Amino acid sequence: MAAADSSWFPALSLGVSLFKCLFISAYHSTDFEVHRNWLAITHSLPLDRWYHENSSEWTLDYPPLFAWFELALSQGARLLHPPMLLLSNLNYSSPEAVLYQRLTVICTDLLFLYAARECCRCVQEQKGSRDVLNRPSFVLAVLLLWNFGLLIVDHIHFQYNGFLFGVLLLSVAKHMQSLHLQGALLFAVLLNLKHIFLYVAPAYGVYLLRSYCFTQDNSDGSVRWRSFSFLRLAALGGIVLSVCFLSFGPFILMGQLPQVLSRLFPFKRGLCHAYWAPNVWALYNGLDKTLTLLGVPPPVTLLCTVLSILPALVSLWRRPRSAQSFLRCLLLCSLGSFLFGWHVHEKAVLLAILPLSLLAVQNREDAGIFLLLSTTGHYSLFPLLFTCAELPIKVLLMLMFTLYAFSALRHLHRGPLLRPLETLYLVGLLLLSLCCDVLFPLSPWGARLPFLPLLATSLYCSLGIIYCFLRLYCSMLGGAERPKQP
Amino acid sequence: MQTWSLVSLCVLIGLVVRWGVSLNSYSGAGKTPMFGDYEAQRHWQEVTYNLPVQEWYFNTTKNDLNYWGLDYPPLTAYHSLICAFVAKTINPEWVDLHESRGYESPAHKLFMRATVLVADLLIYIPAVVLYCLYLTEGSSKKKVSTLLCFLLYPGLILVDYGHFQYNGVSLGFALWGVLALGLGWDALGSVAFCLALNYKQMELYHALPFFCYLLGKSVKLGLMGRGLFLLVRIALTVLVTFALCWLPFLSDPGQAMQVVRRIFPVARGLFEDKVANTWCSLNVLMKIRSILSSDSQMYLSFACTLLAVLPSCIRLLTKPTFWQFKLALANSSLAFFLFSYQVHEKSILLAALPACLLLNDLPLMAIWFLHASTFSMLPLFLKDGLLVPFVVTSLGFLYFSIYLLSALERCSEEELRLGAYHKLLFCLPKLDLAWIVKWKFYVSVSVMAGLSIAAVALAPPPHLPDLFPVLVSIASFSHFLGTFIYFNIVQFSEPPSRKSQKKNN
Repeated sequence: MAAADSSWFPALSLGVSLFKCLFISAYHSTDFEVHRNWLAITHSLPLDRWYHENSSEWTLDYPPLFAWFELALSQGARLLHPPMLLLSNLNYSSPEAVLYQRLTVICTDLLFLYAARECCRCVQEQKGSRDVLNRPSFVLAVLLLWNFGLLIVDHIHFQYNGFLFGVLLLSVAKHMQSLHLQGALLFAVLLNLKHIFLYVAPAYGVYLLRSYCFTQDNSDGSVRWRSFSFLRLAALGGIVLSVCFLSFGPFILMGQLPQVLSRLFPFKRGLCHAYWAPNVWALYNGLDKTLTLLGVPPPVTLLCTVLSILPALVSLWRRPRSAQSFLRCLLLCSLGSFLFGWHVHEKAVLLAILPLSLLAVQNREDAGIFLLLSTTGHYSLFPLLFTCAELPIKVLLMLMFTLYAFSALRHLHRGPLLRPLETLYLVGLLLLSLCCDVLFPLSPWGARLPFLPLLATSLYCSLGIIYCFLRLYCSMLGGAERPKQP
Repeated sequence: MQTWSLVSLCVLIGLVVRWGVSLNSYSGAGKTPMFGDYEAQRHWQEVTYNLPVQEWYFNTTKNDLNYWGLDYPPLTAYHSLICAFVAKTINPEWVDLHESRGYESPAHKLFMRATVLVADLLIYIPAVVLYCLYLTEGSSKKKVSTLLCFLLYPGLILVDYGHFQYNGVSLGFALWGVLALGLGWDALGSVAFCLALNYKQMELYHALPFFCYLLGKSVKLGLMGRGLFLLVRIALTVLVTFALCWLPFLSDPGQAMQVVRRIFPVARGLFEDKVANTWCSLNVLMKIRSILSSDSQMYLSFACTLLAVLPSCIRLLTKPTFWQFKLALANSSLAFFLFSYQVHEKSILLAALPACLLLNDLPLMAIWFLHASTFSMLPLFLKDGLLVPFVVTSLGFLYFSIYLLSALERCSEEELRLGAYHKLLFCLPKLDLAWIVKWKFYVSVSVMAGLSIAAVALAPPPHLPDLFPVLVSIASFSHFLGTFIYFNIVQFSEPPSRKSQKKNN
C-alpha cells in the first residue's frame, strides 16, 4: 500500500465517486421527475408562482433555500440541455437529462465528502503507528462515504441526501470542534433546505442553550445560571433569523407564507407512507389488521414523539457540556421522530445511521448498536429498488457494506460486538429476506397476498429499530461521561 | 482486517462494477438486420437447442450460416446449449427456431447478462483469486491489491459485460491452466488449457508457451526417465480431453472437417476493420492488401509471426521456469496479435491476461499496457454506446492500480529491468532510463486521453471519415510494439537477485 499517510482519503473519495457513475443508467424513481420538474419550475416561472404551480403532481414541497439550489442547478441545465427545463415536458428523461441530473447528485456529494473528512479529523486516533486500514478515521471514512443507504437512495433511486447529510455532518463536526456559531449557521441553512431536519432541532436547541449560552459549568457538572450570556443568545438568534429571512423573506413579503407552509407540511397524507417505514405505527397498523384499534390523528404522533425524546433532552441539559452527549441526543431525537412521527419515510433511518457511525468507531457498545441498526435499517430500504436489473446491485452492495462494517469494527474494537440475541435477530433477518424475496414469490400465496413480504419486513425491522432506540437510551441515561480513549 | 474479508470485498467490488457496466447497451442493439455479437450468442442458443448436433456447423435450410453461423469450437456450442435450456424454461420465445431472430427485451437482456455473470463467477473469478493468493509474492495486502487491480481490468469487463461476449470463460480456463502449471500440476493444467482451446480457437495464441514450457520441463527431468513419463501423460490427457470435447463430431470425418473449416476461415483477408496491428498500420503507408496476393499475404504473416514468436519460445524451452512462462505468454500473444492473420481488436484481451499476471512483478509496464489495450478498443465501445462505462472504468483502473501497487514509486532502473537497454543503447550517452520511462508514461497517457476526447467531441473531416479509429489504432500499435520489445528484452535478461527482490516487498 502507498506509504503516504493522508492519500487514502482522496483515493476513497475518487473511488466512490467513480463507483457512483456506474449507476447512471440504472433505474431511477419518480423522484427523478420530481427534481426535473422543480428545475423547470424555478427556471421558467417567476418567484411568486413557485409555490402555487401545480400542473404536475410533484409540487414544490421543500423550503425556499432548496428552491434556490434547484435554480442554481437549472443554470447548468440551460447551458447543456434546455429541453429538460420545459414545464410541459412531464416525465422527460432523455439520456442527456439523466446524465446531467445524476452528475449533479455526484458533484453535490462533494460537500458530503468534505464533511466526512471533517468528521474524520474529529475522531481520536490511537497512539502509535498503525496500519491505515485499522485506524478509526479510515473506518469512519469508509462507513460514511460508502454507506449503502446513501448509494442506493441517492444514486439509484435519486435524491440529494448526500448533499444534505453533508451539511448536517459538517454542522456536527463544527460543534465537536467547539465552533458553535458555525455549527448553528450550518444547521439553520439545513433546516431551510429540507424541513425534515426539524426532527433533530430540539437537540440543537437544548445543546446550544446549555453549552453555548451558559458559558460555564459548576464543579459537579450542572449549569451555572449566572453564566448566562445574552450576547451569545443574541448572536445565535441573529444567525438563525437571518438565514430564515434570506430563505422565506421574499415569500413573507409577498404574503405567501401560509401557502408555502401548507406545501411544506401536508397533513392530509396518511399515518404511514406507502412502504410502511419500520416504526411503531407499522406495528400498530399490523395489530390493527387483527384487532380493530382506534385511528391515530397527527397531534397524537406529535405528542408521542415529544414524550419519547423528552428524557434525552433533559439528560442533555443536566450533563456537563460535551459534544458526544449532543451527538447521542441528536441520535435519540432522530430515532424517536422516526419511530413515532407522522408519515415517516423509511429513508429517514439514514438520519440515525450516519451520525451513529461517528460513535461506532470510538466506542465498543455503540459499534454493536450500529451493526444492528445499520443492517436492519439498510435492509428496510430494499423495497425502494424493486426492479430485477437492480437486484444484484442492491444485494451485492448490501453484502459489501455489511461485511466491511462487521469485519472492520470487530477488528477495531478487538472482539465480538453483538450479544447472542442480537446475532440471532440478524440471522432471522437473513432468513426473512430469503423467504420474502425468493421463497414467497414462488409459492402459491405469492400472487394472492403480494403485500405480505412488505408487511413482514417492516414489522420485523421495526422490532430491531425499537430495540436499538431503547439501548441507545440506556447508554445515554445510564452511563456517565465516557472516559476519553488514551 | 483479515485477508479473507478483504478478498471477499474485492470480489464484491469486481462483481458490482461488472453488473454496473452491464446496465448499459450491448453490441448491435436495435440495429437491424444483422444486429451484433449479442444477437449472435442468442442465435447460437437457438441453433443448438432446436437442431441436432450434426447440423450445428452445416449450412442447411434450418441453419443459415450467413446469419451468425457458429464459428467457435464445440465447447462454446455446449455452453450455448446449457443457456438455451435455461432460457426455454423462463421464456420459450427467446429460442424459437427462426421466430426469435432479433429478439430484444429488457427481460432477455437481464437473462443474457446473468449468464455472463454466472460463467465469470464459476470460472474466471475463482481462478483470479487463487492466482493472486497463491502465485504472487509479497505481503497479503499486496496480494489483495493485485487481486483488486486484476479484477478491475476494464478491457475484459467492457467487452464481456458491455459489448457482450464470453471471454471470461476461455480466459478463465487458460488462467486455471496457468495456475495449475504454477503449482506443478501439469496434467490438470493441460486439461484446463485444452478446455480453453476448445472454447475459443484464439487461445492458440497461448498454445506455444504452454507447449514449450511443458516440453522444456520434461527435457529437464530427463527424456529417458521421468521426463518421458510426464510427456506421455500430458499427451494422453490432451488427446482424451480433445476427444471428449469433439465426441459428437468424431463419428464422421466430414463433420470434424466442417467444424475446422468454420473455426479457421482462411478465405478472409489479412485484416478486417481497424485493428492495432502491423498490417493495418502498414496499410496506412502502403496498401498491402492490394499489392500482395491473398496467398502471399498469408505466407508473409505466417513467416513474420513465426519469427516474432520463436526467440521467446526457444528461451522458454531452455529455461522452463514460471517467470519465463508468464513472459512467454505475453510475448507469444503479442506476437500473434501484431503479425497474425485476420486479427480482431478484441484479441488484445489474449495479451492482456498475461499482462495482468505480471501486475505484481512489473506494475508500471503492465498497467501501461493494460490501459493502452482498453484504449485500443475505444472505437468499438463508442459504436456500442459504452462511453460512460469506458471513461469510468479506465480512470478507476488507472488511478487505483497506480495508487495501490505504488507503480510510480517502484520505478527504479532495477525494478523496471532496464539494465539490458543500457547494453543495447551503448552508443548513446548514459541516460536516466527510469526517468525517461516515467515521462514517456505521462506523455502517453495524455495522448490517449487527448485522442479519446477528440474522438468523442470532434467530427472527422469529410474526406477522412475514419480518421479517429485510424489514429487510435496507430497509437495503440506503437504502444503494443514497444511493450512487445520490452517484454522480450526482460525475458532475455537475468532475473533480479533475491536480495533486491526481498527489499522491494
